[in-house]
Amino acid sequence: AGGGSGPGGSAAGDGGPPAPERVLFPPTFSVSEIKNKQRRHFMFLRWKQQQRKEKLAARRKRRKEREALGDKAPPKAIPKTIENQRVYDETTVDPDDEEVAFDEATDEFAPYFNRQTVPKILITTSDRPRGRTVRFCEQLSTVIPNSHVYYRRGLALKRIIPQCIARDFTDLIVINEDRKIPNGLVLSHLPDGPTAHFRMSSVRLRKEIKRKGKEPTEHVPEVILNNFTTRLGHSIGRMFASLFPHDPQFIGRQVATFHNQRDYIFFRFHRYIFKSEKKVGIQELGPRFTLKLRSLQKGTFDSKFGEYEWIHKRREMDTSRRKFHL
Amino acid sequence: SPQVVWDTLGNRQFCSYKITTKTQNFCRNEYNITGLCNRSSCPLANSQYATVREEKGRCYLYMKTIERAPFPRRLWERVLLSKNYEKALEEIDENLIYWPRFIRHKCKQRFTKITQYLIRIRKLTLKRQRKIVPLRRKIERREKRREEKALIAAQLDNAIEKELLERLKQDTYGDIYNFPIHAFDKALQQQEAESESESDAEQEEDEEDVDKREFVEGDDSDLSDFEDMDKLETSSEEEQEEEEEVEKKSNSKSKGKTPLKGAARRKRPYIEIEYEEETEPTTKTKAA
Repeated sequence: AGGGSGPGGSAAGDGGPPAPERVLFPPTFSVSEIKNKQRRHFMFLRWKQQQRKEKLAARRKRRKEREALGDKAPPKAIPKTIENQRVYDETTVDPDDEEVAFDEATDEFAPYFNRQTVPKILITTSDRPRGRTVRFCEQLSTVIPNSHVYYRRGLALKRIIPQCIARDFTDLIVINEDRKIPNGLVLSHLPDGPTAHFRMSSVRLRKEIKRKGKEPTEHVPEVILNNFTTRLGHSIGRMFASLFPHDPQFIGRQVATFHNQRDYIFFRFHRYIFKSEKKVGIQELGPRFTLKLRSLQKGTFDSKFGEYEWIHKRREMDTSRRKFHL
Repeated sequence: SPQVVWDTLGNRQFCSYKITTKTQNFCRNEYNITGLCNRSSCPLANSQYATVREEKGRCYLYMKTIERAPFPRRLWERVLLSKNYEKALEEIDENLIYWPRFIRHKCKQRFTKITQYLIRIRKLTLKRQRKIVPLRRKIERREKRREEKALIAAQLDNAIEKELLERLKQDTYGDIYNFPIHAFDKALQQQEAESESESDAEQEEDEEDVDKREFVEGDDSDLSDFEDMDKLETSSEEEQEEEEEVEKKSNSKSKGKTPLKGAARRKRPYIEIEYEEETEPTTKTKAA
């Protein structure tokens, strides 16, 4: 403490005139021990400057070494990103996992992927949708081919579902609305399929997107699913894929993308054009939104008695910043 | 005596159960039968009084008599009414026999109203109930921030472009687009072994038509790039119509959408001498 206050006191003495170039702090000194706020602040700034200088010197030295070594220099260190540091999820799908392949051949989407069924989608909202939600539903129905929008008018979902099945619908989308903006999405595969409940955010309608093109045409778009690695992600990806007919019309040059990044699924709808074999230009049309999975349920929509395959439990799952589930 | 009570509390001085509004006075006392502040409805100012109240879905008849006035604990006598509406009305009548008409009538009215709202409660619980879940501010903020960061990390445009180019390379688009050199290198090597020039020529014409048709549709969209493309296309068409030999076009500018006539070259930029041999004789004879 005596040694600490010594340089501290002397520094405060020349606090006005510029600080010395190299300041030697005795090893037991810590900036936080000074009680006086002004002096402490001053000492901290000096300490920071010194740290910066040291770091710059170290970087220069490293660069010189690298140049000196030339080819033999060790490769540059890869910066750490969250994706790099991601906690390894044991349910990550291997591309040639037989079990997964077998599961996919026998799950609820198999008839779709075998081209036996054609998707037919019903889009609806919660009660009394406001203008924004209504317009969003309309745009969504132009994006997804073979989809119909019906208004809810206070009907119970449990009663709607048998009627939908009777009329041959394969999927049901319910957009939940709160305070005049859509904020939730329930996607249910109808003949007994899984139901996924998402939280929807940053919804942009077509007129809010800058530099957009014309309206999406009637052609069947292609589908891009990015980054769905785990088993859960795989099943969600298949759910999305089953919304669109299996044979895209390349003439239309439209593509719908579901990109998963850190458990957020970004949906975009673009029109692409190949300018050369190495360059492609894309132009965004269509609405955009992001989804975050809240729960996946085995049967059709049933909040009380359904069997949940996955629920987002905040306390358990949000503890680590490097752990993602999709 | 009740008259004194009314004179002080009800009319003149302060009563803590009384609520005054512009048009009416209400009484907040839980035993009050009508809810208004009146001489005949005040439970404090009437020594003989009765009310109907419900608890947990069951209705009770509460009665107060003068005899029990000095015993506040035993003041209100409680009688459970039956669940059957008519029977309950009879019970009220039975219990309040010889009581003033007003109190009997109001009790029955109140009982009717209570049963009606109980029925409505039961009906509503059967319908779907909207569950209101509170938002947690910290969590909302955290989610929003994470979403922004994820969006930046995702680099969506690059990812989509990469994926599309991948698909182009792997030939998922088939024969629609004409340029990729590497994919057609493989096809080139394959075709060196075979000689399919005639079939190629036929396919060429078909593909030309198809390509042409596609370009017309393409023109409908409003990308500005398309204007450039059109110019390129027409110019290169003219060039090639004049030329008999197709020259190597290593410039990637020819998007390969230029249909090659006569020289029977596929979308490759390279020339195969085989094809030229086939077509040259015919042109030579024409020239002659």
